[in-house]
Amino acid sequence: MTDILIKNLPILVVLCPLMMSLIVVLIPNIFLSSLLTFASTFVAFIFSILLYQEVQIHSTISYALGNWAPPIGIEYVIDKVSIIPIIIITLIGFLTTIFSSKVMPDEINETSISKVYSLWLLAIAGLIGLVTTGDAFNLFVFLEISSLASVALVAMGAQKDKQALVAAYNYLIIGAVGATLYVIGVGLLYGITGTLNMADLSERVVDLKNNKALIAGFGFMIVGIMVKAAIFPMHIWLPKAYAYAPSAVSVLLAATATKASLYILARILFSVFDIADNLIINTLSYVILPLSIIAMFAGTIMAIYEKDIKRLLAHSSVAQIGYITLAFAIGTKASVAAGFIHVFNHALIKGALFMAITSISFYIQKRVTLSNLSGLGRAMPITFFCFVICSLSLAGLPLTAGFISKLYLIKASISADGLWIAILILFSSALSVIYLWKMIEALWLQQPKKEIIIKENPKIYTSLLIITFLNIYFGLDASFVVDSSIEAAEKLVGVSK
Amino acid sequence: MISSTIGIWNYWIVFLLMMIGLFLVIGRKNFLKKIVGLAIFQTSVFLLYITFGKIKGGTPPILNNAIDTVYSNPLPHVLILTAIVVGVATTALGLSLVLRINSEYGSIEEDEISAQDLVDYHDQIETSKKIDTKFIE
Repeated sequence: MTDILIKNLPILVVLCPLMMSLIVVLIPNIFLSSLLTFASTFVAFIFSILLYQEVQIHSTISYALGNWAPPIGIEYVIDKVSIIPIIIITLIGFLTTIFSSKVMPDEINETSISKVYSLWLLAIAGLIGLVTTGDAFNLFVFLEISSLASVALVAMGAQKDKQALVAAYNYLIIGAVGATLYVIGVGLLYGITGTLNMADLSERVVDLKNNKALIAGFGFMIVGIMVKAAIFPMHIWLPKAYAYAPSAVSVLLAATATKASLYILARILFSVFDIADNLIINTLSYVILPLSIIAMFAGTIMAIYEKDIKRLLAHSSVAQIGYITLAFAIGTKASVAAGFIHVFNHALIKGALFMAITSISFYIQKRVTLSNLSGLGRAMPITFFCFVICSLSLAGLPLTAGFISKLYLIKASISADGLWIAILILFSSALSVIYLWKMIEALWLQQPKKEIIIKENPKIYTSLLIITFLNIYFGLDASFVVDSSIEAAEKLVGVSK
Repeated sequence: MISSTIGIWNYWIVFLLMMIGLFLVIGRKNFLKKIVGLAIFQTSVFLLYITFGKIKGGTPPILNNAIDTVYSNPLPHVLILTAIVVGVATTALGLSLVLRINSEYGSIEEDEISAQDLVDYHDQIETSKKIDTKFIE
């Protein structure tokens, strides 16, 4: 019995939320639907932990879908690289589900809650599938499952603010163009190699150096994924989509959605193609590196001038994605590892910050802006405590998770002869303190304009406390994240560097 | 030269359609026209895949006993069936969003909507300065 379970884990971790989304949509009861959502995300999390143990033993698990042997059939691959995003998605998915049970009814009317949970599970299933699949076209299908579900989720914010509709529309159009560009790329690669399986593809592209169709296909694929990962010039859909989505959805999307796409980017750059290839080296150093550096500063500066807190955090996400792609662009083993460490830590940090802001907006029943934050820190000490810890973590202060990722990132860039990159990273982190300080100052130092009494609800702050605890824990003992990221980088970049 | 240019006319059509679609998505301010552009853009990709699958003199890939039968590649067709489904879902979601936008804003022109949004955004910032937090449990 357990043998069969273990053998089928790679598909079960996807199917569990996918199938449950079909059931949840039929259940009219709010409590029951949120309970089922919680159960299935929790089970998916348990499955991903089991998968982690399996990966430690077998290193790579290949699962032939429907028993059609790869490369003809669709293959699901779990290895030391893909297990990191799977754990992030399932962990955050399950924590935000606990969180959403109290916050969701506040923003969405009762009749549509079970539908929202169904979309919620679809989005999670799509993201897990995106990471698990080893088939380039199957990846597109999961990409669209997750992005269509997230678009619909963002649009649910229209019950509070009609701008959510335009945000969702832009997300849909830009995302669909991105996904279609990816499909063109896959088509061109299929046309010249005759395979869709990623492992098979990586073997066949070696013989096709300087083939024009290969270069064009690669370009289309990368641009398509860059749109989904919100890398600098293609990030314009992100701030509005995150800012006007229902709060619980913002937490889920900010912590998971772009992370899966970043993983796909790394997979295409390093696993399908070879890091030693001139094509990849040029792409990294002339396209991704400059764009990441611009993203770091553009995102931070936009955040400094922003007054709406959710938008501010979304702009800061753009900057943080810049750090991650910068780490990939340096292209050494240490820097790719640093990128994965930051993928993990940023999910924890941004998830927690969005949660804290959501709890504030839940109590004051308004959009949170800098001016109405004043004095709230004293009224809600638990939320404020978590907010401060995670802000420090975002800025990269010692003893927090953010410090570990900055440390490894800077170490990696210095060892790759990129002292100027390290200085830019430090400078941009210093700039990020400005917007974080603006929020903390408003929360704590400013006097409230009116007496405020708020009783914090444990249902809301439990998951916030858990994520904050994880932020501190992974700052003190980072061995789990660091080791698995280094193993992932070894698998991706290999022995070539 | 000429024969090779004409020989790949399918690809010319594909990229012509692709550019028309992309132009409509980027250049038009009307939300409905953007969706039309997106549909054309996606259709061009379908044609691209179908062109890959065609082999000169190829028959439908149904096994027969003749030895020298050339079969067309069925895989691109199957992939495109999936892509068509995705495309329909995208268009449906997009159209329903446009419908909601029209009922909320009374317009589907990007300029008018972003002008309204800008006013709303500044209103929110202004009104949030006047705090009237009530006791909430």
